[in-house]
Amino acid sequence: MSMIHVTTNVNGDDVEFLCDPRETLLDVLRDKLALTGTKEGCGTGDCGACSVTVDDRLVCSCLMLGAEAEGKSVTTVEGIADGENLHPLQEKFIEYAALQCGICTPGILVATKALLEKNPDPTETQVRYWLAGNLCRCTGYDKIIRAVMDTAADMRKAS
Amino acid sequence: MVEVTLWSGLKSFTGGQQTVEVEAKNVGELLEALADKYPALQPTIEAGVSVAVDGKIIASSLTEPINADSEVFLLQQLKGG
Amino acid sequence: MAMDHDKTNGFKVVGTRPNRPDGVDKVTGRAKFGADAYAPGMLHAAIVRSPHAHARILSIDTSKAEALSSVKAVVTRADFAEGLTGENWNILENVMAGDTALYDGHAVAAVAATTPLAARDAAKLIKVEYEPMPHVTDVDKAMAADAPIIRAGAADSSVPSGLHANVVRYHESGHGDVATGFDEADVVIEDSFKTEATHQGYIEPHACLAQLGPDGKGEVWCCTQGHFNVQKVCAALLGTDSSQLRVTASEIGGGFGGKTVVFIEPVALALSRKASRSVKLVMSRSEVFRATGPTASTSMDIKIGMTREGRITAAEGIFRLQGGAFPGAPMEFTAMCAFAPYDLNNVRQIGYDVLSNRPKQAAYRAPGSPMAAFAVESVVDELCKKLGLDPLEVRLMNASKEGTKASYGPRFDRIGLVETLEAARDHPHYSAPLAEGQGRGVSCGFWFNHGGETSVSLALSEDGTAALSVGTPDIGGSRAALGQMVAEELGIPYEKIRTTIADTATLGYNEISHGSRVTYASGLAAIKASRDAVQKLCARAAAKWGIDEEAVVWEDGYAKPSGPNAGSFEPISLAEIASTMGQTGGPIAGHFEATPEGAGVSFATHIVDAEVDDETGQTKVVRYTVVQDAGKAIHPTYVEGQFQGGAAQGIGWALNEEYIYGEDGRLQNSIFLDYRIPVASDLPMIDTVIVEVPNPGHPYGVRGVGETSICPPLAAIANAVSNAAGVRLKHLPMSPPRIREALDQQANG
Repeated sequence: MSMIHVTTNVNGDDVEFLCDPRETLLDVLRDKLALTGTKEGCGTGDCGACSVTVDDRLVCSCLMLGAEAEGKSVTTVEGIADGENLHPLQEKFIEYAALQCGICTPGILVATKALLEKNPDPTETQVRYWLAGNLCRCTGYDKIIRAVMDTAADMRKAS
Repeated sequence: MVEVTLWSGLKSFTGGQQTVEVEAKNVGELLEALADKYPALQPTIEAGVSVAVDGKIIASSLTEPINADSEVFLLQQLKGG
Repeated sequence: MAMDHDKTNGFKVVGTRPNRPDGVDKVTGRAKFGADAYAPGMLHAAIVRSPHAHARILSIDTSKAEALSSVKAVVTRADFAEGLTGENWNILENVMAGDTALYDGHAVAAVAATTPLAARDAAKLIKVEYEPMPHVTDVDKAMAADAPIIRAGAADSSVPSGLHANVVRYHESGHGDVATGFDEADVVIEDSFKTEATHQGYIEPHACLAQLGPDGKGEVWCCTQGHFNVQKVCAALLGTDSSQLRVTASEIGGGFGGKTVVFIEPVALALSRKASRSVKLVMSRSEVFRATGPTASTSMDIKIGMTREGRITAAEGIFRLQGGAFPGAPMEFTAMCAFAPYDLNNVRQIGYDVLSNRPKQAAYRAPGSPMAAFAVESVVDELCKKLGLDPLEVRLMNASKEGTKASYGPRFDRIGLVETLEAARDHPHYSAPLAEGQGRGVSCGFWFNHGGETSVSLALSEDGTAALSVGTPDIGGSRAALGQMVAEELGIPYEKIRTTIADTATLGYNEISHGSRVTYASGLAAIKASRDAVQKLCARAAAKWGIDEEAVVWEDGYAKPSGPNAGSFEPISLAEIASTMGQTGGPIAGHFEATPEGAGVSFATHIVDAEVDDETGQTKVVRYTVVQDAGKAIHPTYVEGQFQGGAAQGIGWALNEEYIYGEDGRLQNSIFLDYRIPVASDLPMIDTVIVEVPNPGHPYGVRGVGETSICPPLAAIANAVSNAAGVRLKHLPMSPPRIREALDQQANG
């Protein structure tokens, strides 16, 4: 099968790759661009572990084809921190023990960052519904929700 | 002699007795003595058992000491998730 | 310095809440999980699976796949070791079917190709000819006289005669005389319960990267709860030497018991041996559901007698568990855990391990115990209702304590059930008013915990820091807790210690991270290895001062003379001793290799408030409190995390999760959309109370905490639903259709 040539931007870097028309954005990120921070938990858009933003829109990268990234701007978990300075969400997730195994963490961080950019002052219910597409099997979500609420409060104070 | 209480499912292998007596100074000797005296118990012991000695559950250590007055129970082998 | 002493107070690091050492890696995407490894020239593998619940495999034609230039190897059962017996044979039979496919999803062949898509395409070209056979997936039906025999001769010697050939193991235990006990009761309730199979539901599918050369030397990278077990099993299944296989455990994206089992590593190794290239094999979610370990499903009969005052006079339980097409459903644990919270004079429990055409069950957090608690605690609750008694007071009245003869035989050592019940009774949650339409439920739960073979190594560095190597994959924050224990013993800051999960070539054998054993056993090992190192540090100080080793003590990171008689010397720090260790006798390292026995059993009491929408049948958990005995909480935040995670999994099991099989014996809900685990909007905050009743078998009193937290929720929620909706659900999950059905039945009298 002939490959498709794609030019896109990932985490601020211009990148090019060749992909099979059937390959998902997730496949491309992991297997072609060595960005393995984005995880595959289901491949059907149910678990959210593969969450990335494409032109600032939150998507499951397992549901988007690699070829569809042409000309877009993609942000993954690897693009959240500013160099060696962690994003406040990242700091807070560690402090609150809002992760155990950590496999869902990249997706949850990407999704939460997208939420706080849209809504800097969410209620607990809004956070819970926003993250309803990100499965976590370890934590019972308690510490995740607390970390998000506290980060949002801190970021509001700082801005 | 050490008195060993079996789980009741094993009674059919010891002529109906749930409590049996064997000579043993540690868990390994106990299991050997049980299999010697009641050969029908051998497959169960080989498949793996735990031994409770005075309330402490020994899952694998054959060298754990047993006193003549110890309270000893044979238990099914313990594992976990 | 003595190695054996207990420490119960004056902790400096233990009990604090430092950040986890893997935190930054996990929030930045750097942490490497099972599927995150790549090797030069590696191939990608795909597995061909049976679409039938039970079928003879007549032929496998691999020629079309092998004709593709992208395909480098195809394996079937013929590519694995022959002549295996016992559990190794069972594992191989599950990893790759022999002459019969035993369940929907059973592996039949595998292919390695140059890309993941090429491997998937090639798998579709492998033609398998099946002859379907009658199948059975329900536990009660599998025991019935007309059930198809899944494997003749699989029963062991424990099974009494006269039972169906699908009953492969039997358990019976107890003490006293239940008939007499029931005669003494004022009320006796007898009822039957069922629970459906659930999956551990870890978000990371099984994944590995493997390489095996013609010289028999191999490497495996995989997500597993026990890489030493992977090494042992792979060596057996491939007919090679254990020590020639080096297995490295990746970060593990959840396990909960489901990654104690070997599924794909031997397949990847067999493909690699054939192709002479590294092979990566990653399961899809649907493969995880169809072919890896769900729990057993159960059918249970419970009978309990109680006096008017609330004293239980006798208890009896029959527990039937199907564990798929292989022996091993944990019915003995179900039986042994069932009545453990109660001090009983008359108790009897019977267990049946039953084969069916489902995947081989795997351990899931306190395997077997939650189902038992569901059935038993539901009946206890009904008795309390009937007698107008407070459910916590009744449990307190009957609670097991130190010296109680356990329902499974021996006497309990020091345990904390009463303390959890008292803490639950005194918790504001228990006395908080309920809103209209809400009900409150309570339940106790019990799990044994485990020790197991353990080997660790602690190396000091010249700069006064320390590296701890352990062989138990970190499934719940154990690297932090183990580092804290080393810091406590060495008297250096937590941040100066790095804990690594070492590969199989580095340490002696380590049992799997299961049985809530890691903080207990690897923790005990880390303490003892630290004390071993401290002994050596003290000896170096003694040599320098020219005094006896016994005259040196270790305090807060310094060697000091033990008293005025020992002489007057300036204390020397760990860093000072370590900086010259090469010149004063060589490197200093501490070791521990043993099988700690004395894990210390664990109890929990949960309180839950639920409301039921009687129109839709949907249940919402509105408030939840976990009270559990941790013995000693090394890192309280991570202990809370275990409590909360167990409760959440229990909530899913109670309300929504189940394996649904069609008439054709095929799994109907093999994706997360249809097998719905709790999501953030389903749950409330989960409150926790850590009770600390020290375990005499650990230097600091640690008890495992990982598993017990999933035992009470099923029953606690069933009891809450009963109080909220006025109907007793006896079949899990209490999904909306089942609740609706129960409400309808009640309305129709």
